[in-house]
Amino acid sequence: MDSCDFRGLTSRRRTSNLKNYFVGATPLQKRLELVRRQNSDFPSPSRRKIPQCSQLQEDIDPQKVAFLLHKQWTIYSLTPLYKFSYSNLKDYSRLLSAFIVAEKQKGVAVEVGEDFNIKVIFSTLLGVKGTQRDHEAFLVQILSKSQSSREHREDKVLWTGWFCCVFGESLQETVSEDFTCLPLFLANGAESNTSLIRDWFQKTFDCCFSPLAISAFNLSWMAAMWTACKMDRYMATTEFLWSVPCSPQSLDISYAIHPEDAKALWESVHKTPGEVTQEEVDLFMNCLYSHFHRHFKIHLAATRLVRVSTSVASAHTDGKIKVSLNRSN
Amino acid sequence: MATQRVTRNSQQQNRISQGSNSRQTSLLDWMVKDKSGNFKSVLKESSSVEDSTRTDDRTEGALQVAVGYFQKGPKKASLSKDKVLEKHLTTVENVALSNGLAPEAIDILLNVALSGKFGNAVNSRILKCMIPESHISEDSVLKAVSWLCVDKCSGNTKVLFYRWLVAMFDFIDHKKQISSLYGFFFASLQDDTLCPYVCHLLYLLTKRENVKPFRVRKLLDLQAKMGMQPHLQALLSLYKFFAPTLISVSLPVRKKIFFNNSKNLWTSASLAVRLRNQGAFPEPLNLPLRPTTGRSLKRKWNSHSVIPALNSANKEYGEKTASLFDYLSSERSLPLEQLQRFPQLLESIHCLELPSQMCSVLNSPLLLHYINCVKDESILLRISYWLSQALQEECVWYNINNYEQEKEFINFLDLVIRVQCFLQEGFYSCEAFLYKSLPLWDGSSCRSQYLQLLAWIPFSSFSEVKPLLSDHLAPLFFTSSIYFKCSVLQSLQELLQNWLLWLSTDAHVQPTTDSPLETTLGGSMSSVSQLIEYTGWLCVVAMRLESSSTLLLHFILDFYEKVCDIYINYDLPIVVLFPPVIFHSALLSLDATILNQLCYIMYRYRNNWTAAKKNRYLQKAKPEFSLSSKICKEYNYYLTAMVCCLWTSRPFKAGVYTDPETIENTGGTQYKSTLNIVYHPSLLSYAASFLLQESPEEMTEHLSSIQGKKWNWYLDYLYSEGFQGLKLFIKSSVHSSVPKPEENTE
Repeated sequence: MDSCDFRGLTSRRRTSNLKNYFVGATPLQKRLELVRRQNSDFPSPSRRKIPQCSQLQEDIDPQKVAFLLHKQWTIYSLTPLYKFSYSNLKDYSRLLSAFIVAEKQKGVAVEVGEDFNIKVIFSTLLGVKGTQRDHEAFLVQILSKSQSSREHREDKVLWTGWFCCVFGESLQETVSEDFTCLPLFLANGAESNTSLIRDWFQKTFDCCFSPLAISAFNLSWMAAMWTACKMDRYMATTEFLWSVPCSPQSLDISYAIHPEDAKALWESVHKTPGEVTQEEVDLFMNCLYSHFHRHFKIHLAATRLVRVSTSVASAHTDGKIKVSLNRSN
Repeated sequence: MATQRVTRNSQQQNRISQGSNSRQTSLLDWMVKDKSGNFKSVLKESSSVEDSTRTDDRTEGALQVAVGYFQKGPKKASLSKDKVLEKHLTTVENVALSNGLAPEAIDILLNVALSGKFGNAVNSRILKCMIPESHISEDSVLKAVSWLCVDKCSGNTKVLFYRWLVAMFDFIDHKKQISSLYGFFFASLQDDTLCPYVCHLLYLLTKRENVKPFRVRKLLDLQAKMGMQPHLQALLSLYKFFAPTLISVSLPVRKKIFFNNSKNLWTSASLAVRLRNQGAFPEPLNLPLRPTTGRSLKRKWNSHSVIPALNSANKEYGEKTASLFDYLSSERSLPLEQLQRFPQLLESIHCLELPSQMCSVLNSPLLLHYINCVKDESILLRISYWLSQALQEECVWYNINNYEQEKEFINFLDLVIRVQCFLQEGFYSCEAFLYKSLPLWDGSSCRSQYLQLLAWIPFSSFSEVKPLLSDHLAPLFFTSSIYFKCSVLQSLQELLQNWLLWLSTDAHVQPTTDSPLETTLGGSMSSVSQLIEYTGWLCVVAMRLESSSTLLLHFILDFYEKVCDIYINYDLPIVVLFPPVIFHSALLSLDATILNQLCYIMYRYRNNWTAAKKNRYLQKAKPEFSLSSKICKEYNYYLTAMVCCLWTSRPFKAGVYTDPETIENTGGTQYKSTLNIVYHPSLLSYAASFLLQESPEEMTEHLSSIQGKKWNWYLDYLYSEGFQGLKLFIKSSVHSSVPKPEENTE
């Protein structure tokens, strides 16, 4: 499955020899052209650059980023937001909290701006982007206000979600200025809250959410790229999970490797400096397969990769990801 | 006091007569007219009619008296008071229930009922029978409301009046002044017994400009005081609809009825009034809003197969900085929920509130008209984004197969296709979806819809489309059944037609096309001819695979029937011929209709060809159009072959495809003279039945006897059997070049 636009963390190199029909074309036509281009080098780019540390990362608020780590996020793809404005975040907070309160107690009307027992906060996540042209990421939090306000207790976070765009220039060129392109939405918290937020966003900004699955193909890319990350010390083993579809119950095969071994394997495979190629990824996975086959006589290549977890991050094919650590450099 | 009232009455009556012109207005007029009616009835001849009119008149007269009685008020010390009152009340009730009351009578009686001249029981009986004949004048209502202020009537009467007002709201002729009493009605919410009915009235009256922060706060206070009351909920949700930045409410899913007890008294009566008014009095335009938020709120991630309901977006919702202009213009803007008819759309097309979720227009035929003429790209982009996502997510062959889901998806695709047909334009999202999903398509699920989507690919350079579309379609095409092949060919034919239509209209509108897709007309033409050539290639391979199936050949010739007429039908300079395989298969087919169709196509080619040639000499326009000599040669070859095979019995003289010796070796030494319209395999049976018809007794007559005069008769026989294509072909290509058919059969 060629799931939408999960190209967030990498940039793509394109060798397009199409004639430039689209000088001054409208966003619609540009978008179509993009689709055609994407499909012509289907299924996926054969090589990706390893992103270098950019200036942008200096803007990052470490506290906020720390907040994003160690949480399991369910990811969704999102169409561009219509008439979203970063200068109205305060108003959005008020409207959304009134909306949530009204939805939670059906039939009771509430005044916008009233003091409720929950609070919604919109805030920008500076620096979470790939290039200067990417739109600023933003964070939405639902907090429950502590009842005993006199004590200095922190408000409890009920739900968190964030919207971001990293290296989205190819999408950017297909939207007009009325739209804000933040194609990735990550949510952590009760499903019911996620769906309330989704409703509000869909009605307010005429956008559309859909769950994003990560294909086995992309998972193996992630495995390779995360293995390649330099770490000061490893917190967890590198673990793969394959699923064998058989009845009545599917069989799961878990495969854990010491991260340093995985890293050594990768370094023996990795040849091209500065980027990762499809061949390298394939070779990396094939080495793991053949090793497994030698011991257990099972061809893992015939099963389906459903989860990858490394010290850096973990990802599940259902569209759940968790980032554990920053890279050390 | 009394005189004052009289003068005010007369003033108001004047106002009514000004407002609603040409309607009988004052009681005086009404009486005069009544007399004239009386006069007419005298002239009536039919006794039964006379009887009925006479009884009508009698009741009318009684009504006059009764109304007069009520207007004067009760006599102080009359003994027969109750009796007389009862009599008059019954009269009024009977007339009201059977025919309804005139606006004037209602005006008077409302005054009576609310002024407290009579007792409560009488007042409520009067109010209950305030059923209009056709309409109620606004002034009567205003007067009645003014009586509420002086507090002469009891609480029950007030309640009944509000209920009556709500039930009869649609029959009030104007509502402008009533609307200006909004503040008064709003203040009446304080009264606990009145509150539900006033809420309903406000629900009918409220406009955007009535929604003010202080009213919102007041309503919320009421809510806090009285708890969740359905009538209050309805009004609050309407307030939310107009001012979502001030208030938020979400109605419970199950709740459907918000004002259940208000209408039951007059339901049948108001129905009768509606029936009476049909045609004569237009239905009220501002029909009350329904709480739209009360619809299915089922939460499910892939819930957009059900396209969201139309909800107009509020301008202020996203942007806090509403300028003065916005404020002024929003007052006149029309919420989509009120848009119901086409004339309304025309009137308010400049100030329409667009839906908050643009994709909801897919379900609204009215708004599709709007989309059709709108130039705003962001509207199309919003639809496009949604549609891409929805197609992707709903697509069955991405997900686990599930019958229900597939049906849902089919319905969705059908809807999208209908919209495309309506707009006569393919969506880019659908095209993208095709390209993305084609490699994964099994060729059977949603086939009909899928292939229809294919027909709506927007015009573009075929060399770009080909690798995305055809490379995946071709393997499916070759490996699937003949029916699949036929449907693909039909879709390609529709695609060609859509492209041609698009190009022909576009070329007329802007000769130097700005479209960035193609810079020149020549470029577009080459794209079209590439499409035709590609389809030709598919046809050739399919013919071999299906061993020249007649069914397939029909679809192929249908395609070429479109192709051969491009110059004349679409005024586009393009002539592309069919490949030789198709030509020969059709020419030598065993099916007579195929041959007939081929003749027709050849005839149309000839017409297009000559028209193009003529135009080229007349006006040197369209210099890109080169009638290539190669095509010309090819056509001439086809033409000669056809004439030889059907007429001169000298098949394939020019351009020998078969070694003559091979045929001679088979023993058919007579082959040279055995192919014409008599001996053609598909026409043989016609020739035989022609001979039988000519001379039924002579069974031994040989086919070769069809020559000379008989040849012409045979032709006429064929024409009468429906060979119109053959007729056109022979008339144009044979008779003009070969004047004497008799000689050719030798």
